[in-house]
Amino acid sequence: MTVHLPAMENILEIRGLTKTYKGGFTALNGVDLDIRKGEIFALLGPNGAGKTTLIGAVCGLVRPTSGTIQAFGEDMGRHWRRLRARIGLVPQELATDMFEPVMRSVTHSRGLFGLSPDPARIEAILKSLSLWDKRDTQIRALSGGMKRRVLIAKAMAHEPELLFLDEPTAGVDVELRRDMWQQIAEMRERGTTVILTTHYIEEAEEMADRVGIIRQGEILMVDDKDAIMKRLGRTEAHIVLTEPLSALPDAFSNYPITISDDGLTLTYRGGDGAGQGKADVAEITKALTRQGIDYQAIDQHESSLEDIFVDLVEGGRQEQMA
Amino acid sequence: MSLFNARSAGTIYKQELLRAFRTALQSILAPVLTTSLYFVVFGAAIGGQMQHGMDGVNYGAFIVPGLLLLTLLGESTSNASFGIYMPRFTGAIYELLSAPVGVAETLAGFVGAAATKSLILAAIILTTATLFVDYTIVHPFYALGFILLVSASFSLFGFILGIWADSFEKLSVVPMLILMPLTFLGGTFYSIDMLPQPWRTVALANPVVYLVNGLRWTFYGKSDVSIWLSLGLTLAFLAACVALIAFIFRTGWRLRN
Ligand SMILES: Nc1ncnc2c1ncn2[C@@H]1O[C@H](COP(=O)(O)OP(=O)(O)OP(=O)(O)O)[C@@H](O)[C@H]1O
Ligand SMILES: [Mg+2]
Repeated sequence: MTVHLPAMENILEIRGLTKTYKGGFTALNGVDLDIRKGEIFALLGPNGAGKTTLIGAVCGLVRPTSGTIQAFGEDMGRHWRRLRARIGLVPQELATDMFEPVMRSVTHSRGLFGLSPDPARIEAILKSLSLWDKRDTQIRALSGGMKRRVLIAKAMAHEPELLFLDEPTAGVDVELRRDMWQQIAEMRERGTTVILTTHYIEEAEEMADRVGIIRQGEILMVDDKDAIMKRLGRTEAHIVLTEPLSALPDAFSNYPITISDDGLTLTYRGGDGAGQGKADVAEITKALTRQGIDYQAIDQHESSLEDIFVDLVEGGRQEQMA
Repeated sequence: MSLFNARSAGTIYKQELLRAFRTALQSILAPVLTTSLYFVVFGAAIGGQMQHGMDGVNYGAFIVPGLLLLTLLGESTSNASFGIYMPRFTGAIYELLSAPVGVAETLAGFVGAAATKSLILAAIILTTATLFVDYTIVHPFYALGFILLVSASFSLFGFILGIWADSFEKLSVVPMLILMPLTFLGGTFYSIDMLPQPWRTVALANPVVYLVNGLRWTFYGKSDVSIWLSLGLTLAFLAACVALIAFIFRTGWRLRN
């Protein structure tokens, strides 16, 4: 038995959470996860990893097959009534009564959670999400990004201390995405603990204090964002040369570079997920120019989630074999 | 925290009534039109040929409770079933499931609203009926009580239907293929005393017979069956629905994955 840290520290403690759906598919497999009070936690994982199932299990949409969930230091199964009142959920799908006007819909949410009407509070929420002008518009007449913000407003209407955002930026354009990141940061500043899911490394990197990586129903790793980026971040660059080289010039031996068999492509794999890779590639291209080696194309990208999984899984195998 | 949050229940109730007013044309006008047509066809055209009425009551007046019940059963069932099926279908139910709301608030909200709509409808139909026939209600308070009881019971039944259904087809199949025939065969337009044996005995197996006769007794003081049996069966049906819903909520059947 582990020694319990002071209850203030963790706002959510999940132990051995398993969910097997009716058809026999196991979407969560013995998940252990602690969320700290006041943090922004990003749950990062590919399609079908079990992110939505995990959120559903905490919020009462999914009945866990086994395991325990404690929120605010109390058992969710036993004290669901008072605990749910302190938790908010923005679902992945845009699902709500689309014929309702924005203001009424948000007011309804507050009432559903048993709170007295508070028009001033609702006004503040709508203004913070730039929805005030649209308060009398039917939700169906809003754009997708606005609809998502209405769902956020609905989830915030009862002033939750713990807020789940299931892919908050899905279908939101780049500019609005920055906006939303900003709004999520503001929620944290007001003291709300935020747990969000995403497919995008950059998104986790941009917003989160800590990141958990989930795949096939298992949490592969949880760490501070910076630590994760350092461990997993990689830059990969392919430099296509105009003339083939017979061998890699000595000047590049300090970099993690390989040359293709035909001598036409240099491949760089390295960096630390914190800008080192990009800086390296810039240095390499300058050095090429200095040495009079001409190139016709550079293809550069940051490691994808899939690359990270491959790394993690291979790393795990090596550890097991060692 | 308390076991019943009146504010949550009230919020659901209000929301459901608002939704009904949005579709007022369908939920109010349609039943009024249908009922009027029944009065024209059965009350005026056919009833006009019947010199002695039915059970000593003018035929047009005789069918008022039956017609009322026909509408109440159909509308209570479909209102409550749509009320819970639609959010399940669109996914909007996530909010209810994640809220600190239990079976009591949910029922008070959804079933209360469906029953309220039925009561409003009953008042409209009874008013419409006065345009076609003269009738008086012998036991108005019992009539109100019985209408309330039937509305609540079938709203509960509709709620179960809306949770059970996983397609729009199933949602309409029960009212169309079960409720409607039972109601028509249940003595809505005639006294089952008129049936020859063995059909009279067979008819007694139809639960709607007891509902129609219970309501008819409150109107005219006459019934084909014991009104205590009517009342008992209706209460038993209500209790069974409540028990089933409590069970559904405990297991999360069709609501939570
Ligand atoms: N109701 C259900 N019945 C059966 N299987 C389900 C059900 N809901 C989800 N699953 C399965 O469980 C797995 C995890 O699904 P989940 O929605 O939790 O993934 P996710 O990480 O949220 O994916 P995405 O990024 O695509 O939203 C998937 O393989 C999915 O097919
Ligand atoms: Mg998901």
